[in-house]
Amino acid sequence: MQGFASEFSSALTLIVTGDSELWAIVLLSLRVSVFAVLISAIIGMPVGAALAVARFPGRRVLIVLMNALMGFPPVVVGLLVYLMLSRSGPLGVLELLYTPTAMIIAQVVLVTPIIAALTRQVVEMLAEEYSEQLRSLGVSRLASVPVLLWDARLALVTALLAGFGRAIAEVGAVIIVGGNINHVTRVMTTTIALETSKGNLALALALGAILIGIAVAVNAMVSTLSLRAEQEGLRHA
Amino acid sequence: MRDLLPDMPGGLGVRDLWLARKGKMLLDVPQLCLDGPGPTLILGPNGAGKSLLLRCLHGLIAPDRGRVTQAGVPLNDAQKARQAMVFQQPVLLRRSVAANLDFVLRRQSLPRAARKTRIAALLAEGGLDGKARQSARSLSGGEAQRLAILRALALEPETLFLDEPTSALDPSATQAIEQMVLRASARGVRIVMVTHDIGQARRLAADIVMMQGGHVVEHGAAKQVLDAPISLASRRYLAGGLVT
Repeated sequence: MQGFASEFSSALTLIVTGDSELWAIVLLSLRVSVFAVLISAIIGMPVGAALAVARFPGRRVLIVLMNALMGFPPVVVGLLVYLMLSRSGPLGVLELLYTPTAMIIAQVVLVTPIIAALTRQVVEMLAEEYSEQLRSLGVSRLASVPVLLWDARLALVTALLAGFGRAIAEVGAVIIVGGNINHVTRVMTTTIALETSKGNLALALALGAILIGIAVAVNAMVSTLSLRAEQEGLRHA
Repeated sequence: MRDLLPDMPGGLGVRDLWLARKGKMLLDVPQLCLDGPGPTLILGPNGAGKSLLLRCLHGLIAPDRGRVTQAGVPLNDAQKARQAMVFQQPVLLRRSVAANLDFVLRRQSLPRAARKTRIAALLAEGGLDGKARQSARSLSGGEAQRLAILRALALEPETLFLDEPTSALDPSATQAIEQMVLRASARGVRIVMVTHDIGQARRLAADIVMMQGGHVVEHGAAKQVLDAPISLASRRYLAGGLVT
């Protein structure tokens, strides 16, 4: 019991004293996940919005596929990205394997379907409300996409935060393509796994506490924004 | 029935209009011409097809058969652009009051200074001065509907369709809307409005289209339709009887 208390105490010390190794890992994790979410947003939001407003054969199939991709096993994504980036893979020439860029790519593959699917859902609901009015104002389906994205901004931030939550907590895919190299590709989740296996519980606990803190903060923001979006939607409903 | 030929110059007309869904006839209007100078009000019980007719006239719904004409030619995109519509439930963008107006003015490629001046004039017209920066979604029901009408008027339409714009409003808010409608009509905007309110029809209408079961049962000058209706359906509706 005393051992646990001492590990917790050491973990707390690492956090409050600003341990350089710990904070370097935290910063790399944030950098990788924030970049991944931004890229996913650039791809996922227009795709989700287009699927919400466009009508074409096979649209339903695409929506089902996109929803299915949200539950894609991260280790399988890691494996596929690894195969693409490995020396003998089609993108091997870029030499991205075991770099933060490879981790960003893996997270983009995981997060894009989440952002696209949530965007599609949010924009489709708003499009239903706006459809006749926008047509009456002479706004075409294509031109309605930026209007809908902007007016759904609160709910879309929620989608981004949900994507970030998935990215920052990801371990399976990033360990495969990142390799967990010290000072290069070691992020919070992979470090926790490694340090726990080595018995270095203080660092693992410190990172775990920060990760939980980030998860709680993200969820609190999601809840607040969802509530605001709901209130906004209910007015004059 | 007063109907004139829909090909009359300037008239908004309907010829052989037929709309059905799942095998059920919703609209069957062989001929209708709205060419009067004052507001046209469409009256009739629920399910009479009033809102559907309005949507067909505005080009939001394509009929299965027949056509809508403006000035004798089938309604085209350029003509649709000179129409505007206000819905029963105002659909306001999740932006400020001013941004809702700016949205349509930007589409007219007006320079910023001109847009600002126009927005101020419109807000004054609708009695919404001082609310420019307020979120449009936080307006009261009457204010929201006034903003929806102002946004439609910002398009400078030749024809303004209004689908029961006062159905959920109190008498004071209703009066404010009616005054806006009358001012727009006096400026030469053709008003075509759906209502259930016979008193409102008496206050606003120059001519009345009476509908029942997807058909136009009577169309004529307001005074004639309200005081001496020809059709049995009109007489029963105006007498407050049940019309099915």
